[in-house]
Amino acid sequence: MKAFWSLWGWPLAIAILSGAGLVGGLIGDGGWDWLTWIGLGVPCVAAAWFGLRG
Amino acid sequence: MSPRALRAWSWLHKWTSLVSTLFLLVLCLTGLPLVFHHQIGQWLGTEVASPAMRADAPRITLDQVMVAAQARFPSKVGMYVSQEPDDDTIWYVTMGDSPTATRGLKQVAVDARTGQALAEPKLDRGLMFVIHEIHVDLFAGLAGKLFVGFMGLLMLAAIVSGVVLYAPFMRKLRFGEVRRERSARVKWLDLHNLLGIVTLTWAIVVGATGIVNTWADLVIEHWRNDQVADMLARYRGMPPVTRLGSLEKAFANARARQPDMKIAFIAFPGTAFSSEHHYGVFMRGRTALTARLMKPVLVDAITGEVSASREPPWTMNALLLSQPLHFGDYGGVPLQWLWAALDVLTIIVLGSGLYLWLGKRGPVRKVLAADLRRAAR
Repeated sequence: MKAFWSLWGWPLAIAILSGAGLVGGLIGDGGWDWLTWIGLGVPCVAAAWFGLRG
Repeated sequence: MSPRALRAWSWLHKWTSLVSTLFLLVLCLTGLPLVFHHQIGQWLGTEVASPAMRADAPRITLDQVMVAAQARFPSKVGMYVSQEPDDDTIWYVTMGDSPTATRGLKQVAVDARTGQALAEPKLDRGLMFVIHEIHVDLFAGLAGKLFVGFMGLLMLAAIVSGVVLYAPFMRKLRFGEVRRERSARVKWLDLHNLLGIVTLTWAIVVGATGIVNTWADLVIEHWRNDQVADMLARYRGMPPVTRLGSLEKAFANARARQPDMKIAFIAFPGTAFSSEHHYGVFMRGRTALTARLMKPVLVDAITGEVSASREPPWTMNALLLSQPLHFGDYGGVPLQWLWAALDVLTIIVLGSGLYLWLGKRGPVRKVLAADLRRAAR
């Protein structure tokens, strides 16, 4: 179980966050838009953080 | 995972990717400017703007709007009249040689307050038109659309198999770990896995909604067969409409039927979105979600009386809701930039995948084979 979460924990979290972001923006404006920006911002930040460092 | 299963998934990932990569690269590259088509239009000066007036300035009738448009193209007939969701000061009148014309369409933007023709937006030329056509159907009509959609299906298969392969390749690594100290190929393998997994949800959603969009023509056809044809029994045997009744009256009656909605567009008789005997008045809601959905009101083209207003089939709603999820146009400018960033990340995933395959003949093959062997253990 520990192996599963260490492998899939972050990918799952990012997948769920971006999914919530994609749907959230459709539902409404204001707070929903923020959910979208954060939800889809996370994969971009993760890509930049791990892809560009070192 | 057994070595056999691993080989099968690798095979699936390799071939679904290889066949579709070039086309997907074209879609990603042409999609990038399309995300910003509004801004690019403003920059190129092709976006129409109306002069500033009081917000409650009186509006002219749609019949007057048509007179203004007709004056520009006396030999053409009306096909569509539409309004942007965020600007009710401009009517866009699309005209053609016949209601079913697909070439030689003209558009006139008419000021909804003064009746002045503001511009003639070009529908079939210009850089953005070319980019859009390549993206949608490779200039090959319905066949091109369905082909692009098939490439999208291959992409989904490549994504699923890629996720399956993520496990054996990443089992010994921390999330986000990129082995830079080994070889360029190992580094790019890790980057490919990283960028592929973080863009996963977005890529699946944009891919799947893109596929749905390739079926748009078929969905509209289905709506016509399902709802319009059904209602037309009363009109069987009647001669085609030669003198159209008042568009303004049709519009007013449609609005009275759906008082809480806004106009999206009106389709003239004989077009894909109406029947031979009706104006198809398409209304949209006013909230973020319902503004995406449309409710058609079919209005008799001669009398101006409402014939029917039925909920469209679920396929039509699915198509309409899939559009924002493909275009990324529902979260302001920040979302446009995020869409662009995710698009670029996808381009890197595609490019690195191709690079890894090309290098497979050399030393990488050994590295990958060793990785696979280790993974299978």
